[in-house]
Amino acid sequence: MANAGHILGLTGAHLQLSLPAIAAAFLLSLPLARLANRLRPARALILGGTGLLYAVPSLPLFIVLPVLIGTGVRDTLNVIVALTLFGLALMVRSAADALDAVDEDTRLAATALGHSSRGRFWTVELPLAGPALLAGLRVVSVSTISLVSVSAVLGVQSLGSLFTDGFQRGIVAAVAAGIAMTVLLALLLDLLLVLLGRLLMPWSRR
Amino acid sequence: MIEFERAGKTYPDGTVAVGEFSLRIPSHTTTVLLGSSGCGKTTLLRMVNRMVDPTSGRVLIDGEDVAQEAPVALRRRIGYVMQNSGLLPHRRVIDNIATVPRLTGMPRGAAHERARELMRTVGLDSGLARRYPGQLSGGQQQRVGVARALASDPNILLMDEPFGAVDPLVRMELQRELRRLQTQLRKTILFVTHDIDEALALGDQIVVLQPGGQIAQAGTPEEIVAAPANDFVARFLGLDAGRRSLRARPQPGGGWLVSDAGGRPLGVLPDDPAREGPG
Ligand SMILES: Nc1ncnc2c1ncn2[C@@H]1O[C@H](COP(=O)(O)OP(=O)(O)OP(=O)(O)O)[C@@H](O)[C@H]1O
Ligand SMILES: [Mg+2]
Repeated sequence: MANAGHILGLTGAHLQLSLPAIAAAFLLSLPLARLANRLRPARALILGGTGLLYAVPSLPLFIVLPVLIGTGVRDTLNVIVALTLFGLALMVRSAADALDAVDEDTRLAATALGHSSRGRFWTVELPLAGPALLAGLRVVSVSTISLVSVSAVLGVQSLGSLFTDGFQRGIVAAVAAGIAMTVLLALLLDLLLVLLGRLLMPWSRR
Repeated sequence: MIEFERAGKTYPDGTVAVGEFSLRIPSHTTTVLLGSSGCGKTTLLRMVNRMVDPTSGRVLIDGEDVAQEAPVALRRRIGYVMQNSGLLPHRRVIDNIATVPRLTGMPRGAAHERARELMRTVGLDSGLARRYPGQLSGGQQQRVGVARALASDPNILLMDEPFGAVDPLVRMELQRELRRLQTQLRKTILFVTHDIDEALALGDQIVVLQPGGQIAQAGTPEEIVAAPANDFVARFLGLDAGRRSLRARPQPGGGWLVSDAGGRPLGVLPDDPAREGPG
């Protein structure tokens, strides 16, 4: 039972690292995506640039980042920023494509009704891009949940700590529990996102 | 009154959509722009609400150049209906109709009240208010489109092939409704179509367009049918194919069978065409 408490604590820590990163990646991706779509010549640069972030190996990034932003290697903030960057790498392109795919006729209709460009973005384009944005967000969510574990190597507590400890001490059960919990967490969060989408976008159900 | 003063539009890629177009559209009448695909109808229509800015000439509403007006404010006081209705798929029927009143700051309750009133005006069952556009038939969607365009009680209504995507029966029904509405509301309507029958059914004035937004002929439906200005207009009306030179033949049981010059039957006329016929 002490183990259960331990695992629960690590699950909490895991969420504390991943949820802010997922949210930040989502929110930051929107202005970047909008910029990319409005500045057509810059589109390739913005999308390519953020996409390239994903090619950076995760472990070195966790170690280099503190030098750039002045945090400690084991700071929660360090891990969250790194995870946000990886999330952005996936989300900016999804968001740009999602916003770009909004039906041109609908966009024109909104303009003809007298929406300002900003009003049209918030009240028409963003909601209509919702289902595609959600699809992107689900990928980011799963990927972030699994990526958090890497930070355990640095000594930051998360479900990943079950792998590192388990390996060091040769406890197979701990490694198995770590894997099971990570998968479970990813699935639960995914389910939550799907339900949230149903709630916020009742019109998208056919 | 809407006036086009030598208005022209050349798109950035060099396409001359409209060369030079001048036309006066009297208030409280329906003017139909009639022409085949690509002749510049949509471009002309959008010059009125500044979705397209002319590259030469200007467009005036009641004597004021629209270029002087902020586009967003201008669009809110001009109704616009497009093909495939252009409804916002994520908003319920009632919210779609209430869009412009809400944009101009009307409280939600009042805007919904107004939307319900408009649903009655255009003959929409109030039970449809909470549906999403995807849950309506094409004809119903177009009615919502018309209701939405009328929501802020605009003086001007721009309609771009609004009934182009519905079947012929529904289309005629919608045309009849629009005529009925127009006798009540007396808006200044600029209506785009490539369907000659629709133009004849709706227009007080018909403007037949050639490619490049060139006016082939402008006049009342009677003038255009009776005296087409040139071969292009005659061809467009189907006059050369004899579609509109009608023959009436007495039927054995009484009444007349009316057909076109090619012998294609068009309908029947009751017994005494002199008294009950259209003449
Ligand atoms: N944004 C644009 N850029 C370049 N060319 C354009 C643009 N919009 C329209 N055109 C061209 O201008 C011409 C007139 O287009 P417009 O849409 O006004 O025609 P239309 O009469 O409304 O045609 P339809 O009946 O098919 O709707 C066409 O040749 C079209 O290809
Ligand atoms: Mg058109």
